[in-house]
Amino acid sequence: MLKIENLHVSVEGKEILKGVSLEVKKGEIHAIMGPNGSGKSTLSSVIAGNEDYEVTKGNIYFNNENIEDLSAEERAHKGIFMSFQYPVEIPGITVTNFIKTAINSNLKARGLKEMPANEMLKKIREKANLLEIDSRFLSRSLNQGFSGGEKKRNEIFQMAMLEPTLAILDETDSGLDIDALRIVASGVNKLKNKDNATVVITHYQRLLDHIIPDYVHVLQDGKIAKSGDKDLALQLEEKGYDWI
Amino acid sequence: MSLKEKLVSSFLAFELDTDINSPVHDIRSKSIKEFEKIGFPDRKNEFWKYTPIKKVLSEELTVFKKKRHLIDFEKVKDFFIGGIESYKIILIDGTYDPLWSNTTHKGVDICILSSVLENDKYSNIISHYYNKLIDTNDSFSLLNTSFSKEGAYIHIPKNVELDKPIEIIHINSGGESSLMLQPRNLIILEEGSKAQIIESHYSLQEKNTDLSNSNNDHIDPLTNTLTEIYVEENANLDYYKIQNDLDSTSIIDNTYIDQKKDSVASCHTFSFGGNIVRNNLNFYQNGKNINSILKGITILGSNQHTDHHTLVHHASPNCESYQEYKGIYNDKSTGVFNGKVVVDKIAQKINAFQQNNNLLMGDHSSVNTKPQLEIFADDVKCSHGCTIGQLDKSALYYLKTRGIPEKEAKGLLTYAFANNVLENVKMQVLKTKIKKIIANKIGVSLGFEL
Repeated sequence: MLKIENLHVSVEGKEILKGVSLEVKKGEIHAIMGPNGSGKSTLSSVIAGNEDYEVTKGNIYFNNENIEDLSAEERAHKGIFMSFQYPVEIPGITVTNFIKTAINSNLKARGLKEMPANEMLKKIREKANLLEIDSRFLSRSLNQGFSGGEKKRNEIFQMAMLEPTLAILDETDSGLDIDALRIVASGVNKLKNKDNATVVITHYQRLLDHIIPDYVHVLQDGKIAKSGDKDLALQLEEKGYDWI
Repeated sequence: MSLKEKLVSSFLAFELDTDINSPVHDIRSKSIKEFEKIGFPDRKNEFWKYTPIKKVLSEELTVFKKKRHLIDFEKVKDFFIGGIESYKIILIDGTYDPLWSNTTHKGVDICILSSVLENDKYSNIISHYYNKLIDTNDSFSLLNTSFSKEGAYIHIPKNVELDKPIEIIHINSGGESSLMLQPRNLIILEEGSKAQIIESHYSLQEKNTDLSNSNNDHIDPLTNTLTEIYVEENANLDYYKIQNDLDSTSIIDNTYIDQKKDSVASCHTFSFGGNIVRNNLNFYQNGKNINSILKGITILGSNQHTDHHTLVHHASPNCESYQEYKGIYNDKSTGVFNGKVVVDKIAQKINAFQQNNNLLMGDHSSVNTKPQLEIFADDVKCSHGCTIGQLDKSALYYLKTRGIPEKEAKGLLTYAFANNVLENVKMQVLKTKIKKIIANKIGVSLGFEL
């Protein structure tokens, strides 16, 4: 599904990723771990299509298509979703209206008809229940004044609504208390099926107790220093990143 | 002859039908004398620095209407708020239109000002309320007082909560160009009363616009409107101004609001077009525990210009004022926000907030924003802030990652930016109408019900 080959990425002239290769197949969950500044967020941003990041070398393929020249919205239309580490606050637009606009934009881009209002409402209710989101929350302004946990829950709610084929969760566990972590993780697990894939980017092992990865990769100084199964995460927790 | 000379010499003829012994004639005569002394402001005047008002003060303008012009009901109907029952005071080219208006004298007075000015029964009202709030250094207020004969008169007695909103609709029929209208409204909310009022100004496209002479003979109309409002003890007023006019029409609006203790008054100004629009909105707080709310949304394009001058005069302790103005400027449009807050020495423990945020969307659009605080008390909280900028790039990116294309994402963010100011609008139908105008002005179809 996702194939990254020898990816080099620079931001404002500084090279952050120095040759990352990664393949994610459908049905898989990959975890990318690494210390601060190792390039984890850069990797997720460059997959999602942030134009501040410049690919200087290498390729990103999504379903065998080179997506380097696609805009962020075109990548979304193809089925790529990123859960933000720091979701942006947008006063003046409600969660519901935002998600309706997003859903219909995606349908339109894929040449499909807009979702009827009653169907939309039903889906919103169903997915809100999944993430234990209060209906009052949906009529609040997007992310404005949300707690850290509410913001992350809202990200996963959007993911549930948009049903991407590839979900990248960038530090979704940061700022979450134990209960919120459980709700978010269980939401992610329920959305998982044999046709989609998830990339979990995290600093700590604790999220991986709830979302069990098939593969764990350690990113260090812009390169994948080590790959393994879920036990690698446990070893890291015990021995620290210096051990690699 | 300059416009000033022309207006001054028009005065006697204009007053021919007025009883020279009436108090109103006296007020008008004094005003025209004052106007003659000070004339029109130019840009050397700090108060008018950023608004080229001379541009619309053509000497061809006249206060005399040639004849009455009839317009279709279908056209008038478009200007109604719609969807709810309302009282209506409709003026066409400054003349009251009884056919489509809906006035009342049952328990409240919702009628026209001429009936007050010309009727001895109301001499008490004239001596107590008429022309008591105006700034006598303001040329346009003086001019309006000199020439105004018609407008809305609203008087809500003690403890009456009005059952439906009032619409004051001024229409320029387009029947003749170069008309200078001088509408005047007097509004009194007695102790404990409550009302919602919507004031709007519209112009119809000029009839028989002949291209061959349009450049020579055609002079764009100018409306110089003035409203005096009294909000007595514990009364509650929501006032809305809709300025969504043709590119050719200019408006100068002077509104004076006097508040007594424990009262709440809000004024929302929606400025969506016109040639030059100048709003002077003045709040005077005379009593404790007063709350004044001033909000505005300005969305302009082409060469339009809107200028908001606000004044909140805190003359009593323990009061609040809250100002929030947002502007979106496209193409070559320009804007001004000048928010003045005066805090008298006696007005301790007040809280005055002022915020003006602007989005410059056009390469040649510009805005001048200036907070002005004059504080003579020492235990007060006064805050102000202004921003001028473009849409937030990170927010734009966030929307795009959700599959919302760039154009729609920009539209949505612009809409969200303005929409935020509407949270205090209690009248749902009005809120929806304004949201639709905003979406339309921004030129984006939003994928949800407004």
